[in-house]
Amino acid sequence: MRFGLSEDQTLLDATVRRLLADQAPLDAVRAYADGSDDHALWATLCELGLGGLLVPEDAGGLGLGVLDAAVIAEALGYHVTPAPFLGTAVLFPRALAAAGLSEDPTWQARLGAVLDGGLRVGVAFPQAGGQRSRDSVTASGESVSGTVTLALDDAANAYLVASGDGALWWVEASASGCAREAFETVDRSRRCCRLTLTDCSATLLSRDLGVLAELRAVAWVILAADSLGAGRAMLDKAVAYAGEREQFNRPIATFQAVKHMCAEMAAELEPCTALVWYAAHCQDHIRDEALTTAGHAKALLGDVGQFVAKTATEVHGGMGFTDLVGLHYWFKRIGFNRQAFGNPQRIRAELADLQGW
Amino acid sequence: MDLSYGPHYEAFREEVRSFLARHGKDAPRGEGLRSEKVLAWQRLLIEHGYAARTIPKAYGGFGAAPDILESRIIAEEFAAARVSPGLGGQGISMLVPTLLEVGTEAQKTTFIPPTIRGEMLWCQGYSEPGAGSDLAALRTSAVVDGDDFVVNGQKIWTSTAHLADWIFCLVRTEPEAPKHQGISFLLFPMSTLGIEVRPLVDMTGVANFNEVFFTDVHVPRGQIVGQRGEGWKVANTILGHERGSLGDPNATMARFNALLELMRRETVDGQRLIDNPLFRDRLAALQSRVLAMRLHDMRLLSNKVNDARAPLANLITKLQGTELRHELEGFAIDVLGELGLAYGDNPDKQDGGSWQTSYMYFLGLIIGGGTSQIQKNIISERGLGMPREPKLAK
Repeated sequence: MRFGLSEDQTLLDATVRRLLADQAPLDAVRAYADGSDDHALWATLCELGLGGLLVPEDAGGLGLGVLDAAVIAEALGYHVTPAPFLGTAVLFPRALAAAGLSEDPTWQARLGAVLDGGLRVGVAFPQAGGQRSRDSVTASGESVSGTVTLALDDAANAYLVASGDGALWWVEASASGCAREAFETVDRSRRCCRLTLTDCSATLLSRDLGVLAELRAVAWVILAADSLGAGRAMLDKAVAYAGEREQFNRPIATFQAVKHMCAEMAAELEPCTALVWYAAHCQDHIRDEALTTAGHAKALLGDVGQFVAKTATEVHGGMGFTDLVGLHYWFKRIGFNRQAFGNPQRIRAELADLQGW
Repeated sequence: MDLSYGPHYEAFREEVRSFLARHGKDAPRGEGLRSEKVLAWQRLLIEHGYAARTIPKAYGGFGAAPDILESRIIAEEFAAARVSPGLGGQGISMLVPTLLEVGTEAQKTTFIPPTIRGEMLWCQGYSEPGAGSDLAALRTSAVVDGDDFVVNGQKIWTSTAHLADWIFCLVRTEPEAPKHQGISFLLFPMSTLGIEVRPLVDMTGVANFNEVFFTDVHVPRGQIVGQRGEGWKVANTILGHERGSLGDPNATMARFNALLELMRRETVDGQRLIDNPLFRDRLAALQSRVLAMRLHDMRLLSNKVNDARAPLANLITKLQGTELRHELEGFAIDVLGELGLAYGDNPDKQDGGSWQTSYMYFLGLIIGGGTSQIQKNIISERGLGMPREPKLAK
């Protein structure tokens, strides 16, 4: 019995974290936030195999699962790393597997193109957080039309697009009728865009509503893991800062008020680790619990993340509020993860319905 | 991730189940601690290795090698069958493990066998009116007089003192030494001359706690565990045993399920409680945390089995477990509205009145065994490596 990570997973985690600490410091995140791209960093991460993490081995990937992806997501969140990880490395191969297309030669070739970072796949699920009047994608034959307000990755070569009837489409960014413009969010460690589709040619991946539901659950797990990592980073920074900062002739870390804030963050985050691991494990191995555990992970990390983001900032006092320290990158990333693909309240309402309450 | 216990353990689980199917009907259900039914059940459990499992045979136990998963399976199956898992209490859960580690051979052979059989009941004399969170400030004194220590002072929060045969007690034997180094760990009968027990009624209306007063209580010098002045060290081996056991996540999961049932059963304005969107959201939020704590517990179990270290993970369970349970019980009262007030003999109280009782009882557990604030000190110092608060200059 082992509830936790394997030796391989621990090793992968350590390798990725070393690389991120080395090659993606906060200055690199700031540069991305100011407009430079993340292509070189993503190519470097792909050299470690991140691009092909979930790509089947016969298509040249590592053939790993959602738990492995969650481990990586936690590391990326810890370093607020800009990377097209969720769409390109996780949801794209999952979508093909769920749609039964992984063996198809055309799609295998595209999976191969993901390995070195050459192909980036964005995500455009307008109803992921609930159907809004301004968002609607309708399909007609082999083309789609409509608007997706928030699509992940403004530099993607293609998008997974969900139409209003729950079908899943492949839309090339270069196709005529596909227009995108920046959709600025508070989180500048990721760039999103608004997609406007006008009779845009599209390839059907699946009409099975279960496919979209499965992808949404996997996205929940990955966003939860990202917040877990970002939250951990904020706690570590708060503890370190409290140890250095002196007031009243002593480090503020000696004040119980400050210690208790840090203890509360740790106490809230620790059980989340087990929940994220288990939810990730369920996606591949315990299908009956896949959706509910993913929902719980996303909803709980939404709340715990928000608590940690606020508390860790407060431990930093005025410095936490400055751009100089840059803590706000984590604060905002956690805020993004809370809202994207459904906020906690919406997910909990779904969980209640799912369980027949 | 490998969540199966493996074939050896599944076979063991079957053994436990067949024992429960065969003998479960003989288990006590609410009989008193001294009843023959309770004592006979305890003897049967020891004989089959379901109680005192890892206590050596020489001391009356079953003598199995420690195995975390076997112990867990026994606990799981007895809980699932709603059959008494045998006796607990501070003698069995705290004193016996301590004696096994630091007791003399004579102490082990004298005290362990009757204790695990339930024939010798113990209480724990630690807290004092002036020594709660700062336990090491205790002042009950023990002064050498010939072959005896003479004990004077007062203990408080002494559970089951009114039932116990013996007490294990922290006393100050070296008043000149620094506070942690002046304490000794004594064992003596509660029938000794000079002991007075006064019940302490708690907010739930029950008198499980007591105050215990010592006036010139004579204790033979041999009835000390460890050396003079080592009592703090001796006591700390057992405090570790206590801290992990509060706020059992499987019990919390069972309470969550009872709460879910309650909210589907009760209606207000013709609407089931669970159909109220605010209640529904709070219930689902509680479910996330209950699930997380149960999985956290599996992680800790796995760490023990695989000898993996996660010090921070261990330190948070008492704080989170008791606070979560208290919140859950309180939420049940909330959703019941005025009906949630029913108490005592009121026939309208729900689920036997357990929501109000547990709401208060778990507030007691939040405070007892190291308050939540003490837990936060421990988490920040031992888990996060933050410094201790500087001592005030005298």
